[in-house]
Amino acid sequence: MKADTNEQALLKGLANNDSKAIDTIYKDNFNMVQAFILHNNGSYDDARDVFQEAMIALYEKAQSESFVLTCQIKTYVYSICRRLWLKRLQQMGRYSNQVDNLDETVPVEEDLEMHEKRNAEFAIMDSAMGSLGEPCKSLLEGYYIKKMGMQELAAEFGYTNADNAKNQKYKCLMRLKKLFFSKYNIGE
Amino acid sequence: MDDILLLEAIERYLGGDMDATERNYFETLRKNTPEIDQMVVEHSMFLHQMDIYSVHRNLKLSLQAAHSKLVERGEINEGGELTPKGRVIQLWNKYKKVVAIAASVGGVIALVISGLAIYFSPVVNGNQIQQLSKAIEVIQRNQQYQGKLINEVKSKIPENAKLISGGSGFLIDPKGFIITNAHVLKGSGAVVVNNKGEEFNAVIAHIDLDKDLAILRIDDQDYTPLASLPYSIRKNNTELGEQIFTLGYPRNDIVYGEGYLSARTGYNSDSLSYQVQISANPGNSGGPVFNNNGEVIGILSTRQAEAEGVAFAVKSKNIYTLVDELAKNDSSIEKIKLPLHSSLKGMDRRKQITSVENCVFYVKAFNK
Repeated sequence: MKADTNEQALLKGLANNDSKAIDTIYKDNFNMVQAFILHNNGSYDDARDVFQEAMIALYEKAQSESFVLTCQIKTYVYSICRRLWLKRLQQMGRYSNQVDNLDETVPVEEDLEMHEKRNAEFAIMDSAMGSLGEPCKSLLEGYYIKKMGMQELAAEFGYTNADNAKNQKYKCLMRLKKLFFSKYNIGE
Repeated sequence: MDDILLLEAIERYLGGDMDATERNYFETLRKNTPEIDQMVVEHSMFLHQMDIYSVHRNLKLSLQAAHSKLVERGEINEGGELTPKGRVIQLWNKYKKVVAIAASVGGVIALVISGLAIYFSPVVNGNQIQQLSKAIEVIQRNQQYQGKLINEVKSKIPENAKLISGGSGFLIDPKGFIITNAHVLKGSGAVVVNNKGEEFNAVIAHIDLDKDLAILRIDDQDYTPLASLPYSIRKNNTELGEQIFTLGYPRNDIVYGEGYLSARTGYNSDSLSYQVQISANPGNSGGPVFNNNGEVIGILSTRQAEAEGVAFAVKSKNIYTLVDELAKNDSSIEKIKLPLHSSLKGMDRRKQITSVENCVFYVKAFNK
């Protein structure tokens, strides 16, 4: 089934990080996934984790240039969650046969592979950020994640001027790069 | 310090913050210095990773925000707020198999105990005993054979032989092959009597106790074979609600009865027979069950003791199996040709009965 215009709009909203679209997709699909996971040996926390991961995968898909969703969002999200959860169950060694195969699913293996690669990269960056220490971490987060200007950052962190802040930022950035690439290369 | 300047330059270059001259200068520098070129590539990759990282972090935050918002609004339910219910559901999901097993074990034990209690309980009052005995009867004798004792002894039955049961039967081949119920033939020999009261000696050609069917062969010089049989024997199953009629010998005279097919299976879902709603009495056993077209659809055999009008008829297709069995077991016997065409179609019931009447026999079994 081709995703209808309403769903296309939602996906576009998701790709642009529009909170309204996120809320709608979240509301429409979460309960289904939660029910599935609770029914298959999972907890509420598991449900939230898995669902949010699926949302990220959906987001990645919505962002990619070759983006085509050939089924309903519901089916896609469910398929992703199902795969993710079964995988986790297997990893935890409590795979259950309870999972019924009657539901409509779409093949999501490729998307998930991509998603997992991204996840691994995310984890490397996260740990590099984590081992950076303050104020470097906050400074870089301010600049690269919160997209704050140097002026603003200087004020917030108490630098006398933007140039000093910038200087500090580059020092931090060099350390971060070192940390990141040491793990990233190994990862490769 | 140089490194920092270089890094800044690279970032400005990648961010498109350089003006044309600076940009040209940097590009030539990049071309001529492989180390710088390498740094540019690396940094561009790093910035891309950083981008993805920041997008993901932001998305995760938005998702968390959406989650708490929806939980707050009650549009999604989570364990936290509804602790007791959530816990119960989780526990239920976790332990429902165990619960199911425990429940069924409990059920079995309860049944066993109540069974034992009933079995061993002393006689308290008459009412209870009667119910209990009736229940036992239901188990033991739910089906009552419709054979009957016959007292009169006459002609072709050997002189000191004792008649032990009687029933009905009907021709399946005009040469003198009669089908009846196996349970009718309890004794050591049998005679058949037609509707005019003429008796013929008969021998058991084949008996199948599982199907409760038997084929008798008239072995008597007095018997003149009929030209053909007016009815046919149906091979296929019959549908519910089909109007049926039967002829049989619950008494010395032939008796007509009518009713309808009420279930596709017989007693205890026995797939060999039908349940029919018809007034059947001891002596009707072995009688034919016809439909409106004059096809034999079954052989009336048993009735339910405690229910009025509920009888069971062995399905007619079993006749075909029986005949095949006979042909296989005993090649000396003439081949039985079952009638395939009914000439009774569309006939008035009274005419149908007249045509069929002389093919239905009174079967008497005796012991020498």
